[in-house]
Amino acid sequence: MRVRRLAAWTALPLAVTLGLVACGSGGDGGSGESDPNAAVRIEIAEPQHLLPTNTNETSGSQVLAALFSPLVDYDEAHKPYEVAAESITSEDNTTWTIELKDGYTFHNGENVTADNYIDAWNYGAYAPNGQNSSYFFEKIAGYDDLQGESPKAETLTGLKKVDDQSFTVTLSQPYSEFKSMLGYTAFYPLPQAAFSAPGELVEGYEQAPIGQGPFKMKGTWQHDAKVVVERYDAFPGEQPKVAGVEFRIYQQLTAAYADVLSDNLDVIKTIPTENLSTAETDLGDRFLQSPASSLHFLAFPTFQDEFSNPDVRKAISMAIDRDEITTSIFKDSQQPARSFVSPAVAGYRENTVGAAGEFDPAKAKALYQAADGPSKITLSYNGDGGHKDWIDATCNQLKANLGVDCVGSAEPKFADLLTKVKAKQPVGLFRMGWIMDYPSMENYLGPLYSTNGSSNYYGYSNPEFDRLLAEGASAPSEEEAIKKYQEAEDLLAEDLPVVPLRFGQNNFGHSTKVKNVEMDLFDRVDLVKIEAVR
Amino acid sequence: MFRFVVRRLLQMVLAFFGTTLIVYALMFAGQGDPIQALAGERPVTAAQRAYLTEKYHLDATGVGGFFYRYFDYLSNLVRGDLGESLTGRSIGEILAAAWPVTIKLALIAIAVAVIFGVTAGVLAGIRRAGIFDNATLVLTLLVLGIPTIVLAPLAQYFLGVRWQLFPPTAGADPDFHALLLPGIVLGSLSLATALRLTRTSVAENLRADYVRTARSKGLPGRRVVSVHVLRNSLIPVITFLGVEVGNLMSGAIITEGVFNIPGVGFNLFRGIRTEDGPLVVGIVSVLVVVYLVANLVVDILYAVLDPRIRYE
Repeated sequence: MRVRRLAAWTALPLAVTLGLVACGSGGDGGSGESDPNAAVRIEIAEPQHLLPTNTNETSGSQVLAALFSPLVDYDEAHKPYEVAAESITSEDNTTWTIELKDGYTFHNGENVTADNYIDAWNYGAYAPNGQNSSYFFEKIAGYDDLQGESPKAETLTGLKKVDDQSFTVTLSQPYSEFKSMLGYTAFYPLPQAAFSAPGELVEGYEQAPIGQGPFKMKGTWQHDAKVVVERYDAFPGEQPKVAGVEFRIYQQLTAAYADVLSDNLDVIKTIPTENLSTAETDLGDRFLQSPASSLHFLAFPTFQDEFSNPDVRKAISMAIDRDEITTSIFKDSQQPARSFVSPAVAGYRENTVGAAGEFDPAKAKALYQAADGPSKITLSYNGDGGHKDWIDATCNQLKANLGVDCVGSAEPKFADLLTKVKAKQPVGLFRMGWIMDYPSMENYLGPLYSTNGSSNYYGYSNPEFDRLLAEGASAPSEEEAIKKYQEAEDLLAEDLPVVPLRFGQNNFGHSTKVKNVEMDLFDRVDLVKIEAVR
Repeated sequence: MFRFVVRRLLQMVLAFFGTTLIVYALMFAGQGDPIQALAGERPVTAAQRAYLTEKYHLDATGVGGFFYRYFDYLSNLVRGDLGESLTGRSIGEILAAAWPVTIKLALIAIAVAVIFGVTAGVLAGIRRAGIFDNATLVLTLLVLGIPTIVLAPLAQYFLGVRWQLFPPTAGADPDFHALLLPGIVLGSLSLATALRLTRTSVAENLRADYVRTARSKGLPGRRVVSVHVLRNSLIPVITFLGVEVGNLMSGAIITEGVFNIPGVGFNLFRGIRTEDGPLVVGIVSVLVVVYLVANLVVDILYAVLDPRIRYE
């Protein structure tokens, strides 16, 4: 670092005397020629699994994104477009026809056919296989028969092969955003070589997954150390600009950060919190930020009397100065949120929380007193996630602006917090975060606020909201679906079951040996764009 | 001697089962919801929950459930099967991959402690109250005062990132150079203690009768120190280092994390964080064996160092 700083000091007068106006390629990391024969090194944590239907954490998905090519990907407007699929169409949002592109082969030479998708999805949906992502198939007809300890059926009735290049998917209910779903990790195909018998996975497939993506495995998964992949030359899609990727496994981000500083590692996907304040000086323009899909919020246990009045909830929301907290505590590594869906999805509108999202202590206090809000507020959080600082700051704001007593209460882990919430113990307000599975408004609204939503821990139930969601799901076009979802979101603004606080952001950095480092909404490095610098 | 070893080995078996029982009970009692802990903040599906519950007998709760699971674990352990971690990996395999690098690291740490600690301790003991003695006193107090959690990142930042003398992290298959810095960091604490112990012991023995006798017989000073003084002075140091071997294995949690070495400490940390009961108990069981063996070796070494010590 010292050498580099010295270089900067000598370069400065030079640049001034030469009248250098613009630095074309953007400093440290951007200069130099691209080297297509070099490999890049990217930080991940130890993946839990490397099987598409069993992988729902980011490290595993990052590796699988190299090995597999999805049916759809998402454009700038967060709308899906076909990648491995030629077309995905439906007349009625219930029966979807998926046609595959020609020319895709698995890394072992097998052609990719409709069967590869059907077999993989059946495997994922079959409950005794215990796949983490099996719930992604629950919209497909016949899913219920595959559940339980001894299921009635082994395959989904909703999956039908038409010919080698196409198959149909029948849903149990219309769902307009099904195409968006198909970009998720769980919907990759599996080669015949992955199965020893129908529905039975070959032992050890996970140690060296065979996919149909731009990279193939080089060797096997070296647990706790690395996963190495190399370019697959027969890949028919857009070829990557590097010869391979070494996904290096780190347990602690600070270690990875030290490696990036000394060019021992090329990309760190998350700058550790303790280094955020110095990252700009350490990395210069190699410290990057991009939008992510996460939304952080405080949830009200609406089943408790003291929080059942929406005015109380609105007053609390108005008494929180979001901008202040994102700047002072999070050093702008997150953005203040005033909507229930993230800017990462089509249909996002700014400020849907409305008046309740504006910081107005005077109004908040008047409203709170008029609504007879509780004199003591507890904010519960999990102590292992680094939430103490912002919880305490929020508490102080509530104390000052509402004149209430406020305490932060830490549970050891998020699981412990959820256990208490599920048991309807009085935990007060509690923190929650949401990361989307696929870009769709429904993914932010359905699981969190519909009456039977999988993550609706606050007991919010509004029949009108449920009806609008159902109408959105069966809407004939995406635009009309979004309209319904937006109406549903407006209902949330009236009832305010949660207080949206912040949108997440990717804060990442890279070494001087790579350029064009971009991260997508799923916390993954774009492996097609990244280039190695000679 | 033989009878002594056999008796100790039998005691070790008892100690082993006793400690695993305690560790298993602690992990069992402290376990919240391991399935949710495994999933982090994502919701867990009913199918996944049912699958894991059945596989790991997580529905067996209470006292009866505890013994059911403990004996299930033990019967597998006796067959040499450490079981599977909650992520489905064989714990035996995890440990097989983790041990070599941890042992290398611990060897470097012990070597650092012995070479520098004992040498400097002897020197300080001989020149008691001299400049060297006082300087080492200050230095060791300083090192003892800084916890590894501070020392390791500092060493990494200055020696690894700023001056680039060592690679900042070691990785899974490190060479000697990469392991040196974490080894020194890990060994520095034992180094300081070993130094203080040796110094005191040497200083004390220098005044002993047999040393005076040796000197008055006209033996050269070098021989008096290396054979007569050192041999007796090493007993407390060996005791300390024996226990320290075990400490280094488990105490490497911080060092291995900071320098990204996927060793035993690294895996233990992950196991605790994700409430992975089988993994934690598996690792701790093996650590118990390490402690027991190290203590046995120390006891046998006593007789080598001081023939007056006899085993019945």
